[in-house]
Amino acid sequence: MSDSTHLRDDLDTVAYYPGCALEGSGHAYNRSTKRLARKLGLKLVEIDNWNCCGAMEVKNIDPDIQNYLSVRNMSIAKHKMGLDVVMAPCNGCYHNLKKAEHDVTHREDTRETLKKMAEKTGQPEYKSGDVETIHALDWIKHAIGEKNITGKVKKSLAGLKIANYYGCMYTRPRHIFPEKDQGEGSESTSKPHFMDDLLRAAGAEIVDFPLKTACCGGAHTLSDCDTSTQLVLNILQAAEACGADVIATECPTCHSGLEMHQVRAQETLNIKTQPVMLYFTQLLGLAFGISPRQLGIHENISQSMGLLRQKGLV
Amino acid sequence: MPIHEESLIRPENLRKHDELNIDDVDVSGHWSTFIESRAVSDYNEQLEQEVAAFPGGAFIHRCWQCGACTNSCTVNAINPDFNPRYWIYLVRLGMEQELLRDKDIIWQCVSCHKCTHVCPRDVEPEGVMKALSHWLEAKGHTPKSQSQHFDEEFYQQVLETGKIEEGRIVRNFFNRTGQPLQQPWLIRMVKNMIRGLPILLLTRMGLATLFRPKTKDWSKSKASIEELIEMKESARKQILEGNKSS
Ligand code: SF4
Ligand code: SF4
Repeated sequence: MSDSTHLRDDLDTVAYYPGCALEGSGHAYNRSTKRLARKLGLKLVEIDNWNCCGAMEVKNIDPDIQNYLSVRNMSIAKHKMGLDVVMAPCNGCYHNLKKAEHDVTHREDTRETLKKMAEKTGQPEYKSGDVETIHALDWIKHAIGEKNITGKVKKSLAGLKIANYYGCMYTRPRHIFPEKDQGEGSESTSKPHFMDDLLRAAGAEIVDFPLKTACCGGAHTLSDCDTSTQLVLNILQAAEACGADVIATECPTCHSGLEMHQVRAQETLNIKTQPVMLYFTQLLGLAFGISPRQLGIHENISQSMGLLRQKGLV
Repeated sequence: MPIHEESLIRPENLRKHDELNIDDVDVSGHWSTFIESRAVSDYNEQLEQEVAAFPGGAFIHRCWQCGACTNSCTVNAINPDFNPRYWIYLVRLGMEQELLRDKDIIWQCVSCHKCTHVCPRDVEPEGVMKALSHWLEAKGHTPKSQSQHFDEEFYQQVLETGKIEEGRIVRNFFNRTGQPLQQPWLIRMVKNMIRGLPILLLTRMGLATLFRPKTKDWSKSKASIEELIEMKESARKQILEGNKSS
């Protein structure tokens, strides 16, 4: 087992696990992540024949099925592709892979179940520490870093006021993220800051946003619409009160939840909110001079082109 | 005596009298408010074991009632009746009838994991909420919740193909739960979405609904998932039925 609190150093080539959302509603996140990789000279190798991680749903049918779905992907990265870092841009995927790693490391019964399933399906058994799963934020933060970002900026994000929204799955529960809360340089589970660091390095003004890790109701975005709209409104209105023009996101479910329920709040409650949603990869891409079209900015439901034009970013 | 903290007592357990005359003495008003006394005798001693058999409920026995879960809870902030600590307490005491008073809101847990994050005893209260809603449905106390419909639709697609296609999930979910797809806010959203999408992408998304995204060679995985589910379901059934007959 490797030291679980230390990120692996070589992140130039990583296994890429886009997940189902990035092939659907989160396609703009997928596109901007790949563009960013190309621009920064980082290599993303998509996991061969990957499967869904089970999102927020399959664990409610059975937690070990969810673990099976995760380790199947991790095992392919390790044994078929020879890669030991898996990068997942979606909070849900990231969370599930981390959770599976935690259970494989700490739970005998899960280990046993997964071993049997691996035998039956003819896959190599996944062992604790075979791969390290990282989020897209870890990837840019550690592979490039703030200093290099500042050096590469073509169009500073100066003048853009950004509230960074991290959601639930990136930091909770803390015990599945052993590398977080490790002091200097590590991510914090109570006040995450990686996205703040990266966007600030690209020139943006980061507002002090108290609802960074509030819940957007993503798990019930369609099954309990009114609750989700309420939760999203809390986030949008708090960002607006902080003076933010933009809410930067790092998860396709959070992003589309905010977009959808912003529209729904306006349609059903007649409450209009100003902030627009952009993926952090789109914002960094803009700063590096990549065109909005290549970053999929037109594909967002939230219409941000007006604001970006006004700020001289396009 | 006026009752202090009256709000903590369920209204149906309070006896109030606007006009009450005892031996020609008028004792109307809050002086004559009583708390209905009651003795609980209908315990379900197996309740904890039953809930623990559902996915997510395994660690309910660890709870020491600190209340951190409720204190941090997203849904509790919207609805004070949503109280994970209290429900865990009732389950551990076997107070099924008491629990059933809140049966219609338990499924509303949004899985934000705030409770599991702060729980000092690793109870995983988020999982307990899911286990509780499953238990309610399995015992016939509540109809299938919207959330359960969604989970089942999702699971079914993963089981069949290894991947999901969001559009299909949304359509099937609305179908299952009998909701119209033509809601004004949905229409407006889809319009906003389509406006910005390049034709190529639209075509690709359209094709995805015809040719479902699939993981290759998935059949062995499917069989093995089904086998595990079957095993766990029959174990669960045994517990529920064993308890019924005893
Ligand atoms: S936080 Fe954990 S230990 Fe405390 S009441 Fe909730 S479940 Fe029980
Ligand atoms: S996961 Fe559910 S029970 Fe736990 S804090 Fe969130 S909404 Fe409350």
